[in-house]
Amino acid sequence: MDLNFNEDDLKFRDEVVAFVKAELPDGVADKMKHGKHLGKDDIMAWQQALGRKGWLVNSWPKKQGGPGWTATQKYIFDNVTAEMNAPGIVPFGTKMVGPVIYTFGNDEQKQRFLPGIRESKVWWCQGYSEPGSGSDLASLKTRAVREGDHYIVNGSKTWTTLAQYADWIFCLVRTDSKGKPQEGISFLLIDMKSPGVTVQPIIMADGGHEVNSVFFTDVKVPAENLIGKEGEGWTYAKFLLANERSGIAAVPHSKKGVQALKRIAMSEQQDGKPLLQDPSFRDKVADLEVQLQALEFTELRILSAEAGGGAPGPEVSFLKIRGSEIQQRITELVTEAVGYYANPYLPGLLWQGSNEEPVGPAYAHTAAPRYFNTRKTSIYGGSNEIQKNIIAKMVLGL
Amino acid sequence: MDLSLNDDQKMLKDSVDRFVREQYPFETRRKIAATNEGWSKANWAKFAELGWLGIPFGEDEGGLGWGMVELSVVMESFGQGLVLEPYLATVVLGGGIIARAGSAAQKQAILLGLVEGKVQLATAYFEQQARYNLADVKTSAKREGAGFVISGQKGVVFNGPSADHFIVAARTSGGQRDAKGITLFLVDAKAKGITRRDYPTQDALRASEIAFDNVAVGAVAVIGKLDDGLSVLEEAIDRATVAICAEAVGCMDALNAATHEYLKTRTQFGVPIGKFQVLQHRMVDMFTAAQEARSMVLMATLKIDDADATVRRKAASACKVQIGKSGRIVGQGAVQLHGGMGVTDELSVSHYFKRLTMIDSVFGNQQHHLTRYGLLMAA
Repeated sequence: MDLNFNEDDLKFRDEVVAFVKAELPDGVADKMKHGKHLGKDDIMAWQQALGRKGWLVNSWPKKQGGPGWTATQKYIFDNVTAEMNAPGIVPFGTKMVGPVIYTFGNDEQKQRFLPGIRESKVWWCQGYSEPGSGSDLASLKTRAVREGDHYIVNGSKTWTTLAQYADWIFCLVRTDSKGKPQEGISFLLIDMKSPGVTVQPIIMADGGHEVNSVFFTDVKVPAENLIGKEGEGWTYAKFLLANERSGIAAVPHSKKGVQALKRIAMSEQQDGKPLLQDPSFRDKVADLEVQLQALEFTELRILSAEAGGGAPGPEVSFLKIRGSEIQQRITELVTEAVGYYANPYLPGLLWQGSNEEPVGPAYAHTAAPRYFNTRKTSIYGGSNEIQKNIIAKMVLGL
Repeated sequence: MDLSLNDDQKMLKDSVDRFVREQYPFETRRKIAATNEGWSKANWAKFAELGWLGIPFGEDEGGLGWGMVELSVVMESFGQGLVLEPYLATVVLGGGIIARAGSAAQKQAILLGLVEGKVQLATAYFEQQARYNLADVKTSAKREGAGFVISGQKGVVFNGPSADHFIVAARTSGGQRDAKGITLFLVDAKAKGITRRDYPTQDALRASEIAFDNVAVGAVAVIGKLDDGLSVLEEAIDRATVAICAEAVGCMDALNAATHEYLKTRTQFGVPIGKFQVLQHRMVDMFTAAQEARSMVLMATLKIDDADATVRRKAASACKVQIGKSGRIVGQGAVQLHGGMGVTDELSVSHYFKRLTMIDSVFGNQQHHLTRYGLLMAA
């Protein structure tokens, strides 16, 4: 056991730093630093640079075009990029549908879809939740009916993150209504440009547009876009959800958040002294930092077991629970720190990239919107209540 | 002891509840929020007509001569409907200061019109470096001839865009954080040297950053005693704190009702989600938190007029601590139990949650009032 990086790790660290310095556009880093909204081009520019380097799909095995990193290298990459204000990698292609395709897809599908994901040329979105199917995902109703060499798809998906940018959507659809609800589900890839697909924005509590409803009306989907076997979609869906839950701990992102919180609490004044010197506020920040360390070392333990041959089990569910709670606590404390200046709502500055002067300190106007928005983290990717059910059942056998 | 409303108070409650129910459905509120002013003049005129604008003022001032109980009744109902009209800024806080400390001429000039719905007020006390310390005042008022010249910056002045007059806390003597040496001034909103930057707030109210650049006022602009404005401001803010806490109780009740309904109607795994014990328990915690909040507003409403300032201060602070705590339990719980729908703009849930969050940030947050209570308790 050794907590220190070895010489190769340090060399790798330098390589990542040099890469970010060379390839991350200043404008993107600046937006990230100030909590501004990123456009599709911002994200694509960074991801394509990673793709060219072979680092975008960094959790993929080498034979699928992954870099073959150790758990330590992955840790270094995630931390350095977050630290240097690089955007997080959009997971829908890289962490979700990509692994499903290379694990369950046929050769033709691998050749057709994997390069676009590795190089970030194609934007994917996730068609799982439906208005009536949230935590009870298996109750989904979007139907795909086989007609010759096509499926005809009808129904709707909701909470579809960044569908407004997407070229393709991977969908869970119902191909059979008989038997248990899990048994009639299939995994289908649908071109967003297909006639009959419409995207409708859902505006969030903070005023932003990141999720959507996606409607399918008699959408014709070639049968060759079916992954694996018809009716086996639930198996692939569960495989994908386990991957989704692991990265959801968002440790590097939260480390950055705690740093920002401390900076803000040093800048905020109370009776002429920094707020961070107020023992009651300082205790809250310290408590949060301790929680984050516990999460980080738990994740490291699990990752290193995985690298040694163990597969991530259902225990990754608690990484999601604690990760989301910590993200929420950060935004709660930032909102508390900025006091009265949590109140001004400046949509131009938040969403439209306007150059208007902020009201009060420059960091204040994003505090409350982030707090409101981050409530989603204990809801999405399987609500925390569902995650606890998984642990109770699958880990503890209760 | 009698903790129930009397007949007049019950009638008042019925009438405000009816207004909120009939005139303030959520989609109407959304339309009002999207207007330039952010509140409805027609509603304000109705408040005047029904006498609500005169609740805390004496009969000489055109008011009803009622007190904190009646203000809490109104504010709680307003909280139920997320009412946007600037009642707290104009009637409770601004009007409260004039009624307590204003000269006969100031009362005459302001309150008669206020009660009729013709005068709007905003109180400019907060400054960026001050956080929640009301004594931390850099804005200065220097004597010039018979009057004063005011210079400085005030932040997050609620109802700033619509106010006809500002009540401004400025330093007439002493150091930046001295309790002594703060004077309250009544300043015409259109006075020369005032510039405003107006904006909406997270919860769809309106506020301003206000710069005072050598704004000249006469000696008659002084509210109460020279150098002695802090005690007046503090008392008025304690009362406004109880009022905003009453509003929060209304918000919590509305959220709990909506969540309770959702638990009974949203079906997953073939049953209403309210059948799941883990959700039942969270709802029970929300219910309990709202009960405690209501109790503490009652306590503070009844203690706010105590002759002993320490009793009043402790009551206001204890109440705000409870509202901060309960507001978080109810607000976050309501969002979580509504799932994805809870974080959308479409449902009213997120709007109540935003209001509860912002209520914590105004007049001192939970932490500020816990510390204030602790210092008073241990003194």
